[in-house]
Amino acid sequence: MKFAVNKGWSNGRARSGVLQLGSCPFPIQTPALLLTTRKGLPAFISPDLLTSSLPSPDSHLLQFSPLHFLEGISPKTISNIGGLHQMLSLHQHIFAAVPRDSIIALPEHDSTNKYGASFQTPGGRLLIKPAEYVELVSSMKPDFWVTLADEVPAWVSDKRNRTSVDRTLRWLDDCLSLNKTGTTIFGSIVGGSSIEERHRCAQEVAQRNVSGYWIGGFGLGESMDERAALLTAVTDNLPEDMPRHVSGLGLPEEVLQGVAAGIDLFDSTYVYHLTLGGFALTFPLERNKGDNADYQLSDSGGDDMKINLKATIYRKDTSPIVESCNCFTCQNHTKAYLNHLFNVHEMLAQTLLEIHNTHQYLGFFCSIRKAIEEGKFEQFRRNFVESRRECLFAAASSD
Amino acid sequence: MALKFEVLGRFNRARAAQLTLPHYLCQTPLFMPVGTQGTIKGLTKNQLEEIGCQIILGNTYHLALRPTSELIDELGGLHKFMNWPRALLTDSGGFQMVSLLHLADITEKGVTFQSPVDGKPMLLTPEESIQIQNRIGADIIMALDDVVRTTITGPRIEEAMYRTLRWIDRCIAGIYVSEVWLNVICLGGEDKDSFWRVVAQCTAALPEDKPRYVMGVGYPLDIVVCSALGADMYDCVYPTRTARFGTALVPEGVLKLKHQAMANDIRPIDPMCECMVCKNYTRAYIHCLVTKDAMGSQLLSYHNLYYMMKLSRDLHSSIVEGRFPEFVCKFLQTMFPKGDVPEWVCNAMEVAGIDISSCCREMRFDVDKSSTL
Repeated sequence: MKFAVNKGWSNGRARSGVLQLGSCPFPIQTPALLLTTRKGLPAFISPDLLTSSLPSPDSHLLQFSPLHFLEGISPKTISNIGGLHQMLSLHQHIFAAVPRDSIIALPEHDSTNKYGASFQTPGGRLLIKPAEYVELVSSMKPDFWVTLADEVPAWVSDKRNRTSVDRTLRWLDDCLSLNKTGTTIFGSIVGGSSIEERHRCAQEVAQRNVSGYWIGGFGLGESMDERAALLTAVTDNLPEDMPRHVSGLGLPEEVLQGVAAGIDLFDSTYVYHLTLGGFALTFPLERNKGDNADYQLSDSGGDDMKINLKATIYRKDTSPIVESCNCFTCQNHTKAYLNHLFNVHEMLAQTLLEIHNTHQYLGFFCSIRKAIEEGKFEQFRRNFVESRRECLFAAASSD
Repeated sequence: MALKFEVLGRFNRARAAQLTLPHYLCQTPLFMPVGTQGTIKGLTKNQLEEIGCQIILGNTYHLALRPTSELIDELGGLHKFMNWPRALLTDSGGFQMVSLLHLADITEKGVTFQSPVDGKPMLLTPEESIQIQNRIGADIIMALDDVVRTTITGPRIEEAMYRTLRWIDRCIAGIYVSEVWLNVICLGGEDKDSFWRVVAQCTAALPEDKPRYVMGVGYPLDIVVCSALGADMYDCVYPTRTARFGTALVPEGVLKLKHQAMANDIRPIDPMCECMVCKNYTRAYIHCLVTKDAMGSQLLSYHNLYYMMKLSRDLHSSIVEGRFPEFVCKFLQTMFPKGDVPEWVCNAMEVAGIDISSCCREMRFDVDKSSTL
């Protein structure tokens, strides 16, 4: 794996960089979005559409949880097939293994113990030990994987929080010593909502022989306000030239917060949740639009960033979701058709919408990178957040 | 552009033809996937084109309910609404009403039923059905038929037949359709032995120069038999429905991906299949998806429809290229490697004039030919 920060373009802690990983022939620009998958494939976009309808190479970064595979297919069979890339026939994609998945593998800190980490999955509660985890990951051969962590929410006791850091460090060392395949490993950093513990964990992990850092324990109930200090408590203790990956920061504002703290990679379930709800992103992708944005409110439950395609106002709307959008959905279908598909509960609705929303969200990350490269990231972030606040304020104060 | 049905090749009763429709030039025999509500279970129009779909069936009843035929008309017709560039066929709506609605009843006027929206009594006449379908704008539309359960016997059947003929005349008289151009054979629920005999009788009696469409068929084996007997078009929800239950269509019959045996099977669903799914995925991976992730049924629907369209193409080309009996034999040998071809198939092939003795364990000499032509 190769990672380099573009030194000339750093704005405060925010940085842009380039990541190159084995399977993918194209370098990936960061900050970047990892697409959430279920068993390696998006929830609704079939693999042929993944490669043909989404921008390349931005859409080549995929996050998955190895725990998804515990039921239904054995590590041995995955090995026999030849690993994840072969099994999914996505040879030019980058797979990042992260145990925690905000949709179907949620950390259960109450059941986690000294032997392993506990997760709540659709199949029930799972306890996974470092050895099992390493075996699973070895059979899959992802491009990089993060070590097993004990993630705790913001409200646990100090003692529990300290234990989570001790355990995570111990499991990190276990994973490193058990790793025989020489694959790329990201060390996991936790610490809950304690600045000191975040500090301690980051410093410890920075001393290990890892290729990057995964920051966990966010998106588990802490407020956005307290998070900023916790993020920088971590990133300030990490070497500049190694990639930082965070899970649980899904919303656009949260991504901006993460970028401001020096994070390079984000996995987010934002697109998945929007798609399930029938919401289509309509970001103004041109950054300068934020200055005189027309704060349009609709009765449909949307806002200036998204629309609710299930709303009856779209029944006869023969325009695409976003006129200027190049995605397959906007090039081929109308809001009226999507409205119909949602109303009759047809799966095509979600396939088409996930394509559009992914396209839009990848575009948002592209805008972030451009802003950093032009030295205008703080302004970009401010404009974005303020336009959102104004919109919500206007909505709250209207009749 | 005139509607044309041009036979390009034959083998006894079987025909391969070119069907010219306003939106597409089709080749028969062909299978039409069912896109009930203006879509086919998770597949995009590009995927459907890749698979080779020529005509898609839309259900008038469902579309009239949502989003309504008036809205479809206002937005330029179903082709434009779905953005489907090839051909569409709509049914009359009658079958769904009778099978889905409570207290649907058939009188000379039409089908009376309770509106599923507000419970008010409503009436669907033959004329109304045609008007709805005209608003939807498919290439082929269907006259309302007096639907009876085929399990009944007696004078009701005759009544239904004559009433359907009167209804067809009403459609033509109202200048709603230019001519009765397609002959439809509707079946359902009968045993296979009666099934093939009815198809055989109909195809023998119907004019040669118009296409014969057997609704609700079906299983690949049934399509091969009906094509041998002289039918040209088929529709069925089976391939996509069975995909949702984790079943794949293969030359040997079916493959149930849910079974534990699939969990470690690293072969593709069908090693001979050229579809995106078989070229890229193993049975083991699909096994871990089916019934748990929507992607499983999407991939299986893709494969199953590809299989059906390939079957259509193979039927057409084998007839045109003069090797239809060889194709039928190979098909049956693959599906019944022990030679246990069902009796009804043997009987049907006898009537179709196709020698399948190489596929059967023993020749059967007990065909009752008196009830067939």
